[in-house]
Amino acid sequence: MRVEINLNGKPFAADVEPRMLLSDFIRHEACLTGTHVGCEQGGCGACTIQVDGRAVRSCLLFAIQVDGSTVRTVEALSDERDGALHPLQEAFRECHGLQCGFCTPGFLMSLEPALASGPLDDEQAIRDAISGNICRCTGYAGIVDAVRHASNTIWNDPDIGTVDDLGSLGEDAPRSGAGDE
Amino acid sequence: MKPPPFDYTAPRSLGEALRALADAAGDGKVIAGGQSLVPLMNFRFARPGLLVDVNRIPELTGIRRRDGELRIGATTRQADAEQSGIIARGWPLLRQALPHVAHQQIRNRGTVGGSVAHADPAAEICSVLLAYGGRVEVASVRGVREIDASDLFVGQFVTTIEADEILTAVVVPPPPAGTGTAFHEVARRHGDFALAGAAAAVTTDDRGRCERASLCLLGAAPTPIRRAAAEAHLVGNELTDAVLAEAVALATADIEPPSDVHGSSAYRTRAAREMAARALTEAFARSARDRGQRKEAS
Repeated sequence: MRVEINLNGKPFAADVEPRMLLSDFIRHEACLTGTHVGCEQGGCGACTIQVDGRAVRSCLLFAIQVDGSTVRTVEALSDERDGALHPLQEAFRECHGLQCGFCTPGFLMSLEPALASGPLDDEQAIRDAISGNICRCTGYAGIVDAVRHASNTIWNDPDIGTVDDLGSLGEDAPRSGAGDE
Repeated sequence: MKPPPFDYTAPRSLGEALRALADAAGDGKVIAGGQSLVPLMNFRFARPGLLVDVNRIPELTGIRRRDGELRIGATTRQADAEQSGIIARGWPLLRQALPHVAHQQIRNRGTVGGSVAHADPAAEICSVLLAYGGRVEVASVRGVREIDASDLFVGQFVTTIEADEILTAVVVPPPPAGTGTAFHEVARRHGDFALAGAAAAVTTDDRGRCERASLCLLGAAPTPIRRAAAEAHLVGNELTDAVLAEAVALATADIEPPSDVHGSSAYRTRAAREMAARALTEAFARSARDRGQRKEAS
């Protein structure tokens, strides 16, 4: 079956079996291997990407289901022109938020919309925000630091600018009352 | 692990979906958020011949109040329900439970109707539906019908919804004015399945005596369970230590939760007692606060 999506700002299409997981579609059809596949049962969060602005597990979706949707993977985070890292990526590097790096793309794609909707500086709030992602190296302390650091950078630092300056950050974030009619 | 091959259809109308499901003659499965079904398929525990994807049927989504009742379309995302002002204001028990439903990434995709139809014994939304005395609407080519939550959950992952039926909406009646609610659960990580949990809705009179109580346990049995004996014990009483202890004892005396790597049956039973006690205490307190606020306002 034909699947046509907007992938990181560009159209992408391929013919696939209905059973192809979106994670495999991204890695094997679109050849974007930044999205990592851990458990394939929705437990580890490594394969987290964004579909229509929302963080979701790509191993729990069939590619055919997102036909017509906008999909963002970790490859979209850095600046397209000069390759500059996203403030969240910078913070992970700065604060030792990763060791082996396997889980990192999932953390980043989960956290980007969370940070776009408001500052994340309270430790408990940060730990709740990362509860859907498993890291087996860091013990999470470095990741918590990185999120706080990124939150400060994005929300408080006048030199970095406001969220509006960060382009797509937050434009599709879930809105309050989105489901109400 | 990868799922076995299947046929796939994503109809744009409920009628088409019902026809496809009927034609599959029991070999079809409805997929909404897929956050439980896809892992089951990846493990090959579930091998449907046809997936009927209901995500593209506009009439199945949205949260509205109709005739005073809350009506949540089956494919409404859990994350949208969590953000809903209608739910937060009118059905706070559901609002309190939703943050406990898995993780944000799952709630972004997982649906309210899908959680109810899947009927996991530890599912928060199922226990809230039961505690509120709600019901579901189901449709098939044979017609539409409603099923009370009390008649819906039969066993672990088993409901009275037939193979050719689609759950179209979850309906919850309005709680009486002055109702206080609370939801508590224990899980290994925030968002993991509850080892034990309790949902309570309590309405008290001017003197703090219970007029109406609803207590539901999750993770304590193959289905969420209403605790009628405990509720009956609460009605007519203020929440003294003795009344609470007796209600909790009545609520948990006969439960036999399963033992597994995450917790023994004995541990889960003790956790269920504590969750029931916390939920009831908080629900009574909130009912009293609500009563006080209304008095001030009048």
